[in-house]
Amino acid sequence: MLWNTIMLALREIKRNVMRSVLTMLGIVIGVGAVITMVTIGGGATAQVKEQIASMGSNLLMVTPGKRLGPGQSSDTVLFKTSDGEAIFREVSSIAAVAPVSSKSLQAVFGNQNWSTTVTGSDNQYFRVTNRSIRTGRQFSDSELRAGAAVCIAGETVGKKLFGGQDPLGEKIRLEKLSCQVIGILEAKGQSTMGMDQDDIVVIPLRTFQRRISGNQDVAMFQVSVHQGASTEKAQRDIRLLMRERRHLSPSDDDNFNVMDMKEIATMLTSTTQLLTALLSAVAAVSLLVGGIGIMNIMLVSITERTREIGVRLAIGALEREVLMQFLVEAVVLSSLGGLIGIVLALTASVWLSGILRVPFVFNAGIVVIAFLFSAAVGVLFGYFPALKAARLDPIEALRHE
Amino acid sequence: MNALHQTKNPPLIALQGMTKVYGAGQAAMHALRGIDLRINEGEFLAVMGPSGSGKSTCMNILGCLDTPTAGTYKFKGIEVGKLTRNQRTRLRRFYLGFVFQGYNLLSRTSALENVELPLIYRGVSARLRRARALEALERVGLKEWKSHTPSELSGGQQQRVAIARSIVTDPAVLFADEPTGNLDTARSHEIMDLLTGLNRDQRITIVMVTHEPDMAAYAKRTVRFLDGLVESDEQNGRPR
Repeated sequence: MLWNTIMLALREIKRNVMRSVLTMLGIVIGVGAVITMVTIGGGATAQVKEQIASMGSNLLMVTPGKRLGPGQSSDTVLFKTSDGEAIFREVSSIAAVAPVSSKSLQAVFGNQNWSTTVTGSDNQYFRVTNRSIRTGRQFSDSELRAGAAVCIAGETVGKKLFGGQDPLGEKIRLEKLSCQVIGILEAKGQSTMGMDQDDIVVIPLRTFQRRISGNQDVAMFQVSVHQGASTEKAQRDIRLLMRERRHLSPSDDDNFNVMDMKEIATMLTSTTQLLTALLSAVAAVSLLVGGIGIMNIMLVSITERTREIGVRLAIGALEREVLMQFLVEAVVLSSLGGLIGIVLALTASVWLSGILRVPFVFNAGIVVIAFLFSAAVGVLFGYFPALKAARLDPIEALRHE
Repeated sequence: MNALHQTKNPPLIALQGMTKVYGAGQAAMHALRGIDLRINEGEFLAVMGPSGSGKSTCMNILGCLDTPTAGTYKFKGIEVGKLTRNQRTRLRRFYLGFVFQGYNLLSRTSALENVELPLIYRGVSARLRRARALEALERVGLKEWKSHTPSELSGGQQQRVAIARSIVTDPAVLFADEPTGNLDTARSHEIMDLLTGLNRDQRITIVMVTHEPDMAAYAKRTVRFLDGLVESDEQNGRPR
């Protein structure tokens, strides 16, 4: 009998193609939208977290001036190389200190030129920023001391200037400086802010000071704290040390800044999560709209269906046989719609994550929730009106207007 | 002879004091005010009367499609009022057939599948179902139209499909509620010939509601309703 009922329900679905398709459409759209949004949002969050991890949450930035960014007051005192050496020497919890001075300029090789950022630093830079050298080598001590004309290029720069050619040993020109490429950095990809982290050329700090900036200043220090050590304590120690070195009286404000990457990271993560929540809310609305669509289709056909139920009851169908048929019909339609929605959503998510360059993170929870919700809506609006009709005296169901 | 027959076997249908009230209190509408009626096996009964006289209500109660307010209804000696809803459904399933004024076929469903429907609920196997449905369609002269859906059939053809659906189960009684109400005269007479034939050849008891004297003339017995009561009961033109 159950088999019979299932066959009956399937036949009904086939018979009312239009109604079946419209009902499923609501579920497909609802399920599809929610899963896609949440998956993409989850991917973006995961990407931010991954980047923060690659950046190192134990990173501190020491910048001159009272606050970060433009609008630095004129009494800004820039750092010297010795400040970095002092920090490394005096603050015990510090693993590495890298001086960083940067300038945007054109890199030229043959007839290729590419606008990039040139950073003057030392080998600590690679350690602090979690970079490694893919081919070639680091700077040698003598190169650093002497301010030799050598450079290590990021992948983007290597590609843009050299194409498929091997850049090692070639000379590129940075303004008046012609320097030899001794290494290529491992690719790092886009940063959280959407910047290409591989669009970079690193040269020895002394070379930068002499040939590019023309002074002895260091723009900032990037400091990495020992794994497990407190960044807050390191922050405090650096601050005290710098105040002492700059002879600031207790009433003076700091004329430098020690920033914790963790703070920035937390802010970025919460922004992405907020965005995901917003997207999910939009998707939830579309799930709701899908549900209302299902409801409408079901309600529109209820007059016809009530009469059909009347006919079935009159010719000898038991209440439970009629109900089983409608239940099976609703379940089959909802599940089919849900499955199509899931397949579409996962396809769209994979495709979108490729375009948006976020990792594809499968979220089983939301798949289940979206599926159950729409199935519930489908069953609710497919089954309960039928329940009402099947409990009528057959003649009332037949007379239904 | 007739009287002897009646005493030996209980009548197929026996109504006593059948009352049906719609609504309650001031708004109460008395559709039936105490009907007594006996119908024997093999009869062809026409129920006539003006609109609102209770003839359709009475037939719906006879067909177990509606429940009475008061009174007893015995079908083959069984008191229907004491049956559960499911038992009444089974009574319809195995003994009763229906033909409605509005045909009430399932839309987008072929004539054959419509006729098969009652057999599905009887648990008849697919092969036997198909054979019997074809046979029923043949009896109403629509074998060639088996794959047409109701919207592709004329009113008369739809009603014949409905008749095929009602007789495919070989019911004890066929209830027809104004079966010719939506049809022209020629089509109506075709339907009546069909019903007469079923009554004569297959001994199916037929209870037909109509307000057309032409159609009622096909029946052997005519019961007239007025204001919820039986006004007259004639057998072959003579009062019983």
